[in-house]
Amino acid sequence: MIIAERKPMEEIKQVTAPYKKLLLAGCGTCVTVCWAGGEKEVGILASQLRLARGTEGKDHAILEATVERQCEKEMAEELRSKVAEVDAVLSLACGIGVQTMAEIFEDKPIFPALNTTFLGMPEKEGVWVEMCGACGDCFLDRTGSVCPIVRCAKGLLNGPCGGTRKGGKCEIDPQKDCAWVLIHRRLIKQGRLYLMEKYYPPKNFRAVKRPGKIQAIKA
Amino acid sequence: MAKPFRETLKTKDFIVTAEAAPVKGSNMSKPIENIELLKDKVDALNVTDNQSSVMRYPSLGTCLLVKERGGEAVLQITCRDRNRLAIQADLLFAWSRGIGNVLCLTGDSIDVGDHKEAKPVFDLDSVQLIHLVHTLNSGKDMAGNNLDGGADFCIGTTATPSADPLEPQLVKVAKKLEAGVNFIQTQAVYEPDELKRFMEFVRKKDAKVKVLAGIVPVIGAKMAEYMNENVPGISVPQSIIDELAQAPKGKGVSTGIEIAARMIRQVKEERICDGVHIMFIGREEKVPEILTSAGLL
Amino acid sequence: MAFCCEHSAYSAADLAGRLALHCPENLRVIPVPCAGRVDTLHILKAFENGAAAVLVLGCEEGACHHLTGNTRAKERAKHAEVLLKEIGGNGRYVAMSNLSPNAPHKFVTIVDEMNERIKKSGEVR
Repeated sequence: MIIAERKPMEEIKQVTAPYKKLLLAGCGTCVTVCWAGGEKEVGILASQLRLARGTEGKDHAILEATVERQCEKEMAEELRSKVAEVDAVLSLACGIGVQTMAEIFEDKPIFPALNTTFLGMPEKEGVWVEMCGACGDCFLDRTGSVCPIVRCAKGLLNGPCGGTRKGGKCEIDPQKDCAWVLIHRRLIKQGRLYLMEKYYPPKNFRAVKRPGKIQAIKA
Repeated sequence: MAKPFRETLKTKDFIVTAEAAPVKGSNMSKPIENIELLKDKVDALNVTDNQSSVMRYPSLGTCLLVKERGGEAVLQITCRDRNRLAIQADLLFAWSRGIGNVLCLTGDSIDVGDHKEAKPVFDLDSVQLIHLVHTLNSGKDMAGNNLDGGADFCIGTTATPSADPLEPQLVKVAKKLEAGVNFIQTQAVYEPDELKRFMEFVRKKDAKVKVLAGIVPVIGAKMAEYMNENVPGISVPQSIIDELAQAPKGKGVSTGIEIAARMIRQVKEERICDGVHIMFIGREEKVPEILTSAGLL
Repeated sequence: MAFCCEHSAYSAADLAGRLALHCPENLRVIPVPCAGRVDTLHILKAFENGAAAVLVLGCEEGACHHLTGNTRAKERAKHAEVLLKEIGGNGRYVAMSNLSPNAPHKFVTIVDEMNERIKKSGEVR
């Protein structure tokens, strides 16, 4: 799932300051799940901005709307009438939703209220961890399904590096596990350590030529 | 002119190398001082490559100085700052200027350095880098093209005998040995038993590779604790921290040197491995004292 | 504005009224089935509607009829404070307190204390 988190309030206030009427547009999918940009978060941010603008003596008209998936043009289209009423849109979707809005409402400034951070899963309630790097050349079959591209801080294919901390924690962050220690553990558990003992040649970083584009064929 | 390191590795009984840090800037006076001080006292002088992800004068530049002044240099290359094109190009340049030894490293993370917002490269890892050097040595580049003039590097790499857990690290060391290295300079070791265990493993895989134990003198208990927390690959044991804590005031440096010399003497007397690699960054002028204390000078 | 749990604070408020204990004029009491029913957004909306301060009042710790309602209310009140601080605070006060249904004097004390805070900050609306 796409994980995002809200930008600092100061940044949000700064970009929206020149605009009298705003639409806060939420998204009902990924950002709802990670508590960043769903209907609830739209309500709260709208309330905060109204209170802030009220104090600053500004004329505050802040509309709220949430669509199921802001990255789908047909769904973003549902906001057309509301968008027409405002001077700018503050999108609480991930970067994809923000850009989709910008594509179909080309004449309206669309601002991101979130920083899209990574593809991840909930480790436990409210704690999201990065799991996939969208590298286009999935290596999981060779590492007991622990991604070395993003879960190893250096993206090594022949790890670990020499900087692993005591107890198998990552050089970069004592709170994070060394991915290669996880890989080692998992492969031993499955009796497949030979996979880690193999040499892996340099990665094809151009497996997906960025910016990526795929034509899928429906079965 | 210093003896080529490749020959030293084959013929010398106990090998001694040291590390000299490049300057943070373009003023070469301190590096020149260190080079002059150490070039004839060690078998080879490593020059680090943006060590600890702190930006400095390139390893290659200082290596050329070492060579100019009659020393034997070991070029250090990490995978953090350069992609495969840049690394191959730099290696060809190094070879063309008479630098014949290269140490292949992954590289510390950007976060421990002083340019914390930089983009880390890591196009390759250290094992792939070793294979890359072999490829250049065979007269080809990584894409399979024939080169108009290749190289014949003496290849080295690092290892961390004090890694915890150790087994994953050993899987990697095995891959490095399989790829083929002439020498290993380990990360700091403080416990002879740890080193012995490591050597048992290495010798089973490769009887010929020369292993030089990393010696990093620690000059105070607080410094040891700081290093444990912040310097990747270093693990100073409590016994040494205690010994340093008990050192009389003002005797931190000399205690650290004595501890280092003691380790070196033990490695040599018990023939635990093939030599030592001394890393006393920032205090290169003290390295001769360590060598004397250890009976090597 | 005081969101009052019907099992505790609302009864206390009612009792205070019947005992003719003096409550400030600017107090609005809103009954809720449990303090845990109060959402962070409700607190912010109260301020949007002109409140100078918001109280969330629930049962004594361990005595919540819905087990964890008062605990959640406490956390939400704290979170509301964080959200208000983000936009500058400006003397908007939030407090969550626990009391029993037969504690009219405690009810009045809590309200009076909050009123004092508002007056002191000079931002009475």
